[in-house]
Amino acid sequence: MPKMNTLLSRANSLFAFTLSVMAAVTLGCILTTAFKDRSAPVRLHVSRILLKKVEDFTGPRTKSDLGFITFHIYADLEKTFDWNVKQLFLYLSAEYTTKSNAVNQVVLWDKILLRGENPKLDLKDVKSKYFFFDDGHGLKGNRNVTLTLSWQVVPIAGILPLVTGSGRVSVPFPDSYEVAKAF
Amino acid sequence: MVRAGAVGTHLPTSSLDIFGDLRKMNKRQLYYQVLNFAMIVSSALMIWKGLIVLTGSESPIVVVLSGSMEPAFHRGDLLFLTNFREDPIRAGEIVVFKVEGRDIPIVHRVIKVHEKDNGDIKFLTKGDNNEIDDRGLYKEGQNWLEKKDVVGRARGFLPYVGMVTIIMNDYPKFKYALLAVMGAYVLLKRES
Repeated sequence: MPKMNTLLSRANSLFAFTLSVMAAVTLGCILTTAFKDRSAPVRLHVSRILLKKVEDFTGPRTKSDLGFITFHIYADLEKTFDWNVKQLFLYLSAEYTTKSNAVNQVVLWDKILLRGENPKLDLKDVKSKYFFFDDGHGLKGNRNVTLTLSWQVVPIAGILPLVTGSGRVSVPFPDSYEVAKAF
Repeated sequence: MVRAGAVGTHLPTSSLDIFGDLRKMNKRQLYYQVLNFAMIVSSALMIWKGLIVLTGSESPIVVVLSGSMEPAFHRGDLLFLTNFREDPIRAGEIVVFKVEGRDIPIVHRVIKVHEKDNGDIKFLTKGDNNEIDDRGLYKEGQNWLEKKDVVGRARGFLPYVGMVTIIMNDYPKFKYALLAVMGAYVLLKRES
């Protein structure tokens, strides 16, 4: 049956050609946005800090410093979105140094911003989403806890860069613990 | 009218041609075909091992297996990893790690980092789509991950391409059929 052979070889060439074209177009898409600057202006403001000492119920069951922070976030991420961005994963992290650890980073809050959603953030009185436990007692009297807003750019295809916003705020933590209230 | 003697001398062009080819090949051509096949396999292996050295990761390309990082990554997406020692592990990075004693790599995000002066680092992970952190996934009594558990950091992403691996894992018959067809094609194809 001669027809079956040519049909098979035609289907084979068509399939191979489709794959090559798709690969080339994907590579082109990736290259157009690979070197783009993804930073954006950010303004952060902390309105309230509270310090407690509690047994860390999220993991190691030792008494550790627990911080409660309320903050405002203002960011304009419109320029970060382009046609090769599927979503932005935003996270607010606190970074500080303690006697026992040179680098401490704790993510306090995060948000997923999909393409199409409002890229201008103006959030007030945001409470931390995750428990701010320290690995020990390094928050008490800590003069320099820096909050930054960063985001991970998730493309439709390509590189996954991590960008930190330009605005950051450093706050001191109180020198003493609050009496533990039921919450 | 077809004569009995005519059939053997003049085969019609069809899929039966493949076996005709096989009979016509002599030993040298068979060796050539086998060597050709071996070259293809070794080149693929060399490229893979070269990638392992270049990226510093034991598995530089991984397929996302679960939906715990949705809507960023879905099951079947492909991730490209690097694992350079000079890059410190920082909050917000997407790491691929293996829990001690288990083979399955997990792709989640770092949410807590505590690093000492001497470089000892311990960190906690959580999937974007999960409510709670990964401590339930770690070993019994383990609260933190360390550098040795990390397979790599996710640096690049391609959607859907990894679906082939998932299909081959879920339906092993498909994998064997595909390998058989590919093997037959390479062995029997002739440069005419």
